[in-house]
Amino acid sequence: MPIEIPKDKWPGSVKTITLGANSDGGTRTSVVTVGGEKALPFMHFEAETPYRPAVAIEIKDRKPDDWSTPLSEAWGDAMNDPAKWARAAEAAGADLILLTLSMTAVDGSPNTAENAVAAVKAVLGAVGLPLIVFGPGNAELDNALLVPVAEATKGERLVLGICEDKNYRTIVATAMANGHLVSARTAMDVNLAKQLNILISDMGLPLDRVLMDPTTGALGYGIEYGFSVMERLRMAALQGDAMTQLPMIVTIGAETWKTKEAKVGEGVPAAWGEWRERGINWETMTAITLLESGADIVVLRHPESVKRVKAAIADLMVAA
Amino acid sequence: MALSGIQIYKLLPQTNCKECGFPTCLAFAMKLAAKQVELSACPYVSDASKAQLAESAAPPMRLVTLKSNGHEIKVGNEVVLFRHEKTFYNRPGIFIKVRDDEDIQAKVEPAEKFAVSYVGMDLTVDGFAVEATGDPDRFVAAIKTLRQISQRPLVLISSDAKVMAAGLAVLNGETPLICGADANNWEAMADLAKANTPGGPPPHSGGHGQAALVVKADSIEALADLTEKIKGKGVEDLVIDPATKNLSRLLTFSTQVRRLALKKNVRSVGFPIMVFANDSILAAQAVAKYGGFIVLDEFKPETVYPLLVLRQNIYTDPQKPIQVQPGLYEINNPKPESPVLVTTNFSITYFSVANEVESSGLPAWLLVTDAEGMSVLTAWAAGKFDAERIAKAVKTFNVADKVSKKRVVLPGHVAVLSGELEAELTEWEIKVGPREAVDLPAYYKQVLV
Repeated sequence: MPIEIPKDKWPGSVKTITLGANSDGGTRTSVVTVGGEKALPFMHFEAETPYRPAVAIEIKDRKPDDWSTPLSEAWGDAMNDPAKWARAAEAAGADLILLTLSMTAVDGSPNTAENAVAAVKAVLGAVGLPLIVFGPGNAELDNALLVPVAEATKGERLVLGICEDKNYRTIVATAMANGHLVSARTAMDVNLAKQLNILISDMGLPLDRVLMDPTTGALGYGIEYGFSVMERLRMAALQGDAMTQLPMIVTIGAETWKTKEAKVGEGVPAAWGEWRERGINWETMTAITLLESGADIVVLRHPESVKRVKAAIADLMVAA
Repeated sequence: MALSGIQIYKLLPQTNCKECGFPTCLAFAMKLAAKQVELSACPYVSDASKAQLAESAAPPMRLVTLKSNGHEIKVGNEVVLFRHEKTFYNRPGIFIKVRDDEDIQAKVEPAEKFAVSYVGMDLTVDGFAVEATGDPDRFVAAIKTLRQISQRPLVLISSDAKVMAAGLAVLNGETPLICGADANNWEAMADLAKANTPGGPPPHSGGHGQAALVVKADSIEALADLTEKIKGKGVEDLVIDPATKNLSRLLTFSTQVRRLALKKNVRSVGFPIMVFANDSILAAQAVAKYGGFIVLDEFKPETVYPLLVLRQNIYTDPQKPIQVQPGLYEINNPKPESPVLVTTNFSITYFSVANEVESSGLPAWLLVTDAEGMSVLTAWAAGKFDAERIAKAVKTFNVADKVSKKRVVLPGHVAVLSGELEAELTEWEIKVGPREAVDLPAYYKQVLV
């Protein structure tokens, strides 16, 4: 019997945002465009999905002290040098790189602007991929590091983060002055996300230079909040609410690899299974769940997760 | 189709007798349409109207129950497309597949014994699927071997009705899921589902046969045709299988079926969805997006554990975060000089902190503050975890009577509260701990000892 498939007709759409630039000061050899959705994720029978979700790999400006063993085994020596690490990430299939600046230098002294700028330039020199630069996550230090980085890379269309309610003025101002983008982070709440986007927009940064980071918990640690907040944000965007029509980025790798399940291999229950594969499953299952609730950029840490998530995205992008 | 209030009104006596508790029949009809009252509140409705209204009131998505000795799993009966609209109710079943020519014991035993603790709950697999390779005797032997190891509900897989009949005969008194019917064998399979016990389903069972039946076809139309035919034979506990392992096709199919069932009340596809998953990403998608029964090719703890956790997460009621009772918890037999660690009563937060401290072996008092079941950051942002509430918890739970050293440790994420808390708890030393629970033991050893 003929069955008519109900199709959602949405009045709104997500903004299209391009990361990285290859002219006017930009030196990238590839750029990444995300967004533009006119329907819920991968509903190809309703509307074309113009751009596939992108996979970023997170690296750091120096070898991190607290990353899980499966990660240091996967990246090996490359972790000692951000340029080498970026090249390894490119080889592992990254569409773009997220460079997180450390809170401190190896000797425990606070990270400096000189070091941050040098690391960012080294990565930009090593690979042609677009770059996201995150501060250590302390509003004051983020400002102190990110402003010089933004000034030293004028025109590259970097994404600067973490841009949150405490420091958005500084980050947005330097992004505006230097031709960059920002990643606006709020704590798993639709209204907080909207509010920050309004504040950023009020400063005059066009919204096609803003990514929205609604944050998430990893699997087992609040993923259901991230999942539902992202579904609600995306539905609000499609319903026409301009302040939610931004592509979403989620730092899945960072959330995953700080969970005990991914981070710890000894003294855990046997029922947890094999450590490395468990960590990768933790990361890829979190990723697939959030891609299907609206993530446009997923930031991962393990190269094997990147491979599997990219394959899944390729499958999902083919109209069924 | 679901009836509108006006359509329902036309089936009511229209006498406005008020005996239902509403002022008019129309008001009652509107409540009925909104599913807020029961039709039985009307003493005068005709039998013909009753039948018509019952049909329209049946759940848009069939609840399918599998039973075995002491076990039961219910799947289906979902009412929303997105969990934030209400909640997802019946968690998809997770089954491990074994072929009848494999070493049954080697594969089933570890899966049967598997139990993993997550926020105080023991998670396990729901059952097993036995796949026939052709010979009925081998199928029977495999099911018997499995039943010596596990009593969990079963899925039986064979397209050959003779083989299936032999397998079903072993499971007398149970309600397994049989897999399954296609365009060629549906009549024989429907007969089996109906007549698994001698004599067929008990009278007036409303279509509940003795086995639920998987119906397989590669399009929604073909599935609808088949389910209608099978329903015509009196079998209504059906599960539909789109016969695909492709992520995109499965996502599209599952979304379309859920919409047809819930938004258009298309009963011919209002059934749980069968997913055969050969990898963890496909299985995870099926948990998040509308899978009903998920059969895994392999049993690997490192895959099953996260999958069960994902299922637990997605199927929590968004209106009711899982909470623990606020109070002062003792970890590793704390002494009066042990530190007081503060956290919220969101279960995941509580268990993250409690597990870390517990496994470190360090003694501590854990002060669980009533933050309305929210995590530290979320509760803080919502104004449910502030200095006032923490100070109140310190007083309510008489913490001062238990400790000799008046010292509380705040989660690092709310370092900003330390000043206000000093003002609230003037005799206490306020310390700021790490942001993440995982860093607590190191912090404890460095700062608190």
